Amino acid sequence: MNRTKPKLAIHKFSSCDGCQLALLNLGESLLELPKYVDITHFAEAGPNNPNAKVDIALVEGSISTPDDIERIKQVRENSAYLIAIGACATTGGLQALANLADRDAWMAAVYARSDTIETLSSSTAISEHVKVDLELHGCPVNSQQVTAALADLLVGVKPVSERQPLCMECKRKGVVCTMVTKGEPCMGPVTRTGCGALCPSLGRACYSCYGPAETVNDGALAQRLQSLGLTTEAVARRFLFITSGAPPFRDAGLRLRPPPLETDE
Amino acid sequence: MSAQHIAARRPGFMERERLQGFLDVFRLLGYRTLGPVVEEETIQWREVDTIDALPTGVHARQGAGEYHLEVQSDNRLFAWNHGPQAIKPLLFSAEETLWHERLMADGQVDIKQTLPEVKPTAIFGVRACDLAALALQDRHFLSQQNPDPHYRIRREALFLIGVDCAFSAATCFCTSTGDGPSLGEGFDIGMAELDDGYLAWGGSAKGGEIIDGLSLEPATEAQLNSMIQETDRAAAQQHRFLPGETELKQLYDKLNHGHWDEVGERCLSCGNCTAVCPTCFCYSTGYQRTLDGRSAEMKRQWDSCFSQTHSSMGQFMLRRETALRYRQWLTHKLAGWQEQFGRSGCVGCGRCITWCPVGIDLTQAVAALLDGGLADV
Amino acid sequence: MFDPHLPHSAVIDRRVQESPGIFSLRLQYVDTHVQDIFEFQPGQFNMLSLFGVGEVPISIVSDPDDSHFFDHTIRVAGRVTEALSRLQPDDRVGIRGPFGRGWPMAQAEGQDVVVVTGGLGCAPLVSVIRYLLRRRDRFGDIHILQGVKHEDDLIWRRQYETWSREHGVNVQLAADMPGKAWPWQQGLVTELINTLDLNLEKTISMLCGPELMMLAAIAQLRDMGLSDQQIWLSMERNMQCGFGQCGCCQVGPKFVCKDGPVFCYSEVADFLGAKGF
Repeated sequence: MNRTKPKLAIHKFSSCDGCQLALLNLGESLLELPKYVDITHFAEAGPNNPNAKVDIALVEGSISTPDDIERIKQVRENSAYLIAIGACATTGGLQALANLADRDAWMAAVYARSDTIETLSSSTAISEHVKVDLELHGCPVNSQQVTAALADLLVGVKPVSERQPLCMECKRKGVVCTMVTKGEPCMGPVTRTGCGALCPSLGRACYSCYGPAETVNDGALAQRLQSLGLTTEAVARRFLFITSGAPPFRDAGLRLRPPPLETDE
Repeated sequence: MSAQHIAARRPGFMERERLQGFLDVFRLLGYRTLGPVVEEETIQWREVDTIDALPTGVHARQGAGEYHLEVQSDNRLFAWNHGPQAIKPLLFSAEETLWHERLMADGQVDIKQTLPEVKPTAIFGVRACDLAALALQDRHFLSQQNPDPHYRIRREALFLIGVDCAFSAATCFCTSTGDGPSLGEGFDIGMAELDDGYLAWGGSAKGGEIIDGLSLEPATEAQLNSMIQETDRAAAQQHRFLPGETELKQLYDKLNHGHWDEVGERCLSCGNCTAVCPTCFCYSTGYQRTLDGRSAEMKRQWDSCFSQTHSSMGQFMLRRETALRYRQWLTHKLAGWQEQFGRSGCVGCGRCITWCPVGIDLTQAVAALLDGGLADV
Repeated sequence: MFDPHLPHSAVIDRRVQESPGIFSLRLQYVDTHVQDIFEFQPGQFNMLSLFGVGEVPISIVSDPDDSHFFDHTIRVAGRVTEALSRLQPDDRVGIRGPFGRGWPMAQAEGQDVVVVTGGLGCAPLVSVIRYLLRRRDRFGDIHILQGVKHEDDLIWRRQYETWSREHGVNVQLAADMPGKAWPWQQGLVTELINTLDLNLEKTISMLCGPELMMLAAIAQLRDMGLSDQQIWLSMERNMQCGFGQCGCCQVGPKFVCKDGPVFCYSEVADFLGAKGF
């Protein structure tokens, strides 16, 4: 007997579409997915039915316009289980940097006429507006984590979320520490794992697109980064970057350098 | 190095030119040969077919939170002291599948053991501290009651060629733990690198056979003296140290010492120290399931007493504060091990100092904790 | 090669809902040979795994002489136990075990036994109570003291009532927050200990529950003259392997899964209640 497949919707809010793209890049598992779920809404891939009631909703993007607020409430109402995916949906994203800046000045600097722009005074995570059942981090999200969460939900089990620091993943994968060998200003020790240690495995410092790990000792890391030659300003910018809306990073950054962010950089 | 120690070795001399032939012996015997190779600006265990792949004149300069390789004009192949990992990852795999399950159509669950397939592996250039750590890991993973089959299969495939350390890093303190810089035990063949060649001796029956087959000339008095001088130099280069085991046991009397909080302020709780420690053995397990829900694998992966889940039962966490996690690690490593395994869990390799992103030094922590008498503070 | 990591498949023979958040499973190994050689002591535990979901340590509550099955009583506390709670008869679980050291039943022979439990932590001791009652003539007086926060937290209520009617069995229950129809005491389980008239020459006590409760009970029992060797307790920690390998359950130099979960108080006195252990 063929049971009805659970319905899945993928919604976009204020974002670059990169997380949806990450899902499209899943390859074979993306083709396998429709065997187990009915994708009712995924505008980037075709199906367009944003108001359908679904079992699982994946939400990309932050809330940054009055319309976003109304829409996310609707999505929440229509979805039994809501997963926020990616840095924007979980922390407010890169655009949350404006929360710390003189927004009007930035607007005037970017747009010829700012009176046609309708925006909220801040860009915030989905969880600040509606109940979120699961957050999957990253810029973009790791699509393997998304399918693992779906696999759990399909059998009625609560998905687990990764919270350990990236260092653990680097060490498990045998990736050599870029900070210890090359003095790279790596954010790995305070950053949530899940990316597969992508940057360090290419010899580059982690810039924390997954946001804060379970334990964040920002003071000790900031001191270390400064001893590697970074200015206080530069250290602050490493915390205030893609996930500046995540409280541990926002607070860390603001401790190092009070707002507002200047527009000329 | 004690006289008894040297007498027991009875090494033969192998000219530098014969090293390739020596390596070839293992390949002819069907071994995969691993040796030290410079990769990612560190010394890594990699497959080597030719001695040209070995790091000539490469020395490792290590400090708290620092690791840099330097090339010097000597032609030594084993002048580096060590890389980021001992032998641990080759035996206690960082990530591996413990079993595989398949849900059958009739509701039965088919559970299958998944054991590693390994080739006999000879490792060139194993350090005295690595061997001491290996002995401890053996005691843990090959316990009489429940030996770990995954570990055992890999362990039984190993042939270990140890080399005395001729140089110490600033982070080394094996002389104070009694585990180096000269080889103690646990190797199949022992070697010492001299300017013009190698002294080599058997450490096990199978190692002895290979050495006998090489028909080496017995080492001269001068060569034996050089061998001693090499490790004496390495020992003299060490400035860090740990107190003796009796004193280390007193760490359990220092649970309320203020220094834990001081370290807790600096510690990132990132777990790097535990991952590079050649004796740390903690792991966690978890399933990975396929999207179709029909098959799953139970995986284990290295965990750390610095992670939140390590001390968590449901929502309750025993060690929320980083200071408590650091205390757990240090007291267990240096005191708890003594009751569990008959000796401290530290072999003096200093990797936890080098690879700590903020350079926390356990020898300093121990000095601060045990300073000022042994009463609780 | 024997593999302590490898579970054997077991089938659920019976499922009983004990209370809203607590249920019991009666299990049998699918492989009858495995069932035949399965032996355990009260206080030992199994690792239960649910296909693709996770694995948890759960103590065995049935009697060691019931060789055709074994029982587990499980409290819903997380994602694995929640998923286990949805299982029905004929469903499968994976079992590894038994693991750990159980209660000192041999030492208890001929002695009065004081069983002290608190909160929901009574499962490891239910096996002991059943064991004692089934071999009644081999033990002295039996005192069963159970404290709960709220009267609804008491499971096996009828069982306690049955036990209290047995000869030489003294059952006392206390609830912090009793309802109107609560026939027993109000207060803490430690207050119940105070009422006992212990024969110090031949008494053994066995404790299980929240560590603060156990500490209070231990203090009380020692005050009344019991030696540390007469006080035994069962501990709970994060366990991934069950046989002293994964390192997560360590309390000081003890592996709770292997050296315990049942300890003589003197073995863990230095660490019990110490923050961070």
